[in-house]
Amino acid sequence: MTANDVVSVPDLRGHFGKFGGRFVPEALMAALDELDEAFRKASVDPSFLKQLRDLQVNYTGRPSPITEAKRFSEHAGGATILLKREDLNHTGSHKINNVLGQGLLTQRMGKTRVIAETGAGQHGVATATVAALLGLECVVYMGEEDTKRQALNVARMKLLGATVVPVTIGSRTLKDAINEAMRDWVANVETTHYMLGTVAGPAPFPEMVRDFHRIIGDESREQMLSRYGRLPDVVAACVGGGSNAIGIFTAFIPDTNVRLLGLEAGGDGIETGRHASTIVGGAVGVLHGARSYIMQDDDGQTIESHSISAGLDYPSVGPEHAYLADIGRAEYRSVTDVEAMNAFKLLCETEGIIPAIETAHALAGAIEIGKELGEGAIILINLSGRGDKDVETAAKYFGMNI
Amino acid sequence: MSLLHDAFARAKSENRAALIAYLPAGYPSEDGAVECIAAMVEGGVDIVEIGFPYSDPVMDGPTIQDAVNISLEGGTKSATVISTVKRVAELGVPALVMSYWNPIERYGIDSFAADFHSVGGVGVITPDLTPEEADDWISATDSNDVDRVFLVALSSSDERIAKVANATTGFIYAGAVMGVTGARTSISDAIEGLVAKVRRHSDLPVAVGLGVSTPEQAHEIAQYADGVIVGSAFVTAIKQDGAAGAKALAQALSKGLAR
Repeated sequence: MTANDVVSVPDLRGHFGKFGGRFVPEALMAALDELDEAFRKASVDPSFLKQLRDLQVNYTGRPSPITEAKRFSEHAGGATILLKREDLNHTGSHKINNVLGQGLLTQRMGKTRVIAETGAGQHGVATATVAALLGLECVVYMGEEDTKRQALNVARMKLLGATVVPVTIGSRTLKDAINEAMRDWVANVETTHYMLGTVAGPAPFPEMVRDFHRIIGDESREQMLSRYGRLPDVVAACVGGGSNAIGIFTAFIPDTNVRLLGLEAGGDGIETGRHASTIVGGAVGVLHGARSYIMQDDDGQTIESHSISAGLDYPSVGPEHAYLADIGRAEYRSVTDVEAMNAFKLLCETEGIIPAIETAHALAGAIEIGKELGEGAIILINLSGRGDKDVETAAKYFGMNI
Repeated sequence: MSLLHDAFARAKSENRAALIAYLPAGYPSEDGAVECIAAMVEGGVDIVEIGFPYSDPVMDGPTIQDAVNISLEGGTKSATVISTVKRVAELGVPALVMSYWNPIERYGIDSFAADFHSVGGVGVITPDLTPEEADDWISATDSNDVDRVFLVALSSSDERIAKVANATTGFIYAGAVMGVTGARTSISDAIEGLVAKVRRHSDLPVAVGLGVSTPEQAHEIAQYADGVIVGSAFVTAIKQDGAAGAKALAQALSKGLAR
């Protein structure tokens, strides 16, 4: 495998090897073609790129810094742990990178309404934010279960002027929110853009969302070279749908000496069946418009995923991750709820940073691989989001009275 | 294949559209579905679409979602779908399956086409599979003598209609509304134009579904299409009155099919 083989994906129809593609109702094909065309034109249009750059710097607050987690590193076998601080972005997570791009595309396509799905609420908040900024009508679908787990983010979306629709069918989590958003989109596609929040779904979403997030890795790579004079040994990130991970991986994919590590949500443990580790514990199938690794039974019915983290509680994964796993360019491991919550607490107490529970999965993975590699190794973690939204869940988990 | 062809030909010779009914396998139960379908056929249904219940039916509205949930909770498996096809085929009516793609891929594309054909199934409708992703499916259906039905939508360009028409066998399914399944009080005037466009690219029969529930709507569609597809309304009728309700609805719809 050469670096070029990897970076040339996807093909023109959105395939990453055997993964990806477009498995959608015919009614959506025209909208996906329209989006694809708008995206390709914008990608090479200096005025679009300038507008996006301006928002990234003056609205989001990019570039995000890299913080050396010195006291946390002591618990990771002496390896140096670096944190790419996407939690410091406006709205508190990496999700803003994607929605700014898609928001501008929505305007270019002449559409006036955006819809989105959200699990942890981070993407919903980011979408509501951009909708307010650009004057777009905004409807966010969120599983009823998640509206309870992430009540703070529900309130934020409402304050930002969005309508939040609790989804009361199926598992009442992210998967069902996506189903409802797709149903809305089919019916309202003329006026509405579906602002999909991760690198999953039908083409061109996985490629487009990746490209809007790759700034995370592009910045990190430069920051590593200018500050440390070298690239990290490992780049690690949590993976649900996989947008923050692809965002930080992409710039490093050609650097074949840099290990890429994705941490999936292990829930109660892979062996219990109650998890959301689709690459580690799933099988190839089609869900939400793309072929990838999914959690399914022998009849092809989706199995409900489980994770303490609403943002990782998803039974599929972006097709590019499936591809990177298949060709061996990235490695994927599973982190249980318990391991993630231990890492969550450790970061709070050693660095004064409250991470999102999603992100805590990456931190747990960093501790493990730090111990494997030992002193001298540099591990760059994408600190994809802050944990304000998780305060209630964490307090309950740790038995605190608040 | 000839059973399906014959059904459209017979309707045409009677100067009417064919009535195509949809019901998920296992709804209201495995035996109940077959009993209801038999009643629908007695009431005048020409062609039957058996739904393959799926956990994530993104093209379906609340009525069919509920029916599918009841079916899955009742224990419907792939094998249930195949055995339902067998029993419906034994009624002497053309039996099709309508399935989201993942259950077929999980079953095994070739195995599904082969098993489906061996129990007397004639065609498969795949609402979330477009010709672009269908290479393996096209060869599996060709080699097992199974018709494959793709859909056209109101948003389809001429170029896409040509592509769909070219890949489809049996009949072409034209979606009457932009949206999910479920009864609508009115259907778009644009559907007549879509059917006319399809005819420029294909000699296959064209059937219209999505949102169609009443004899009045059936009558309107019968003036320009070869088939009228009704799904959610049958689910609702069965929920209210079981097999008798299904038969009564089939009879009422049949009266609307004349040209």
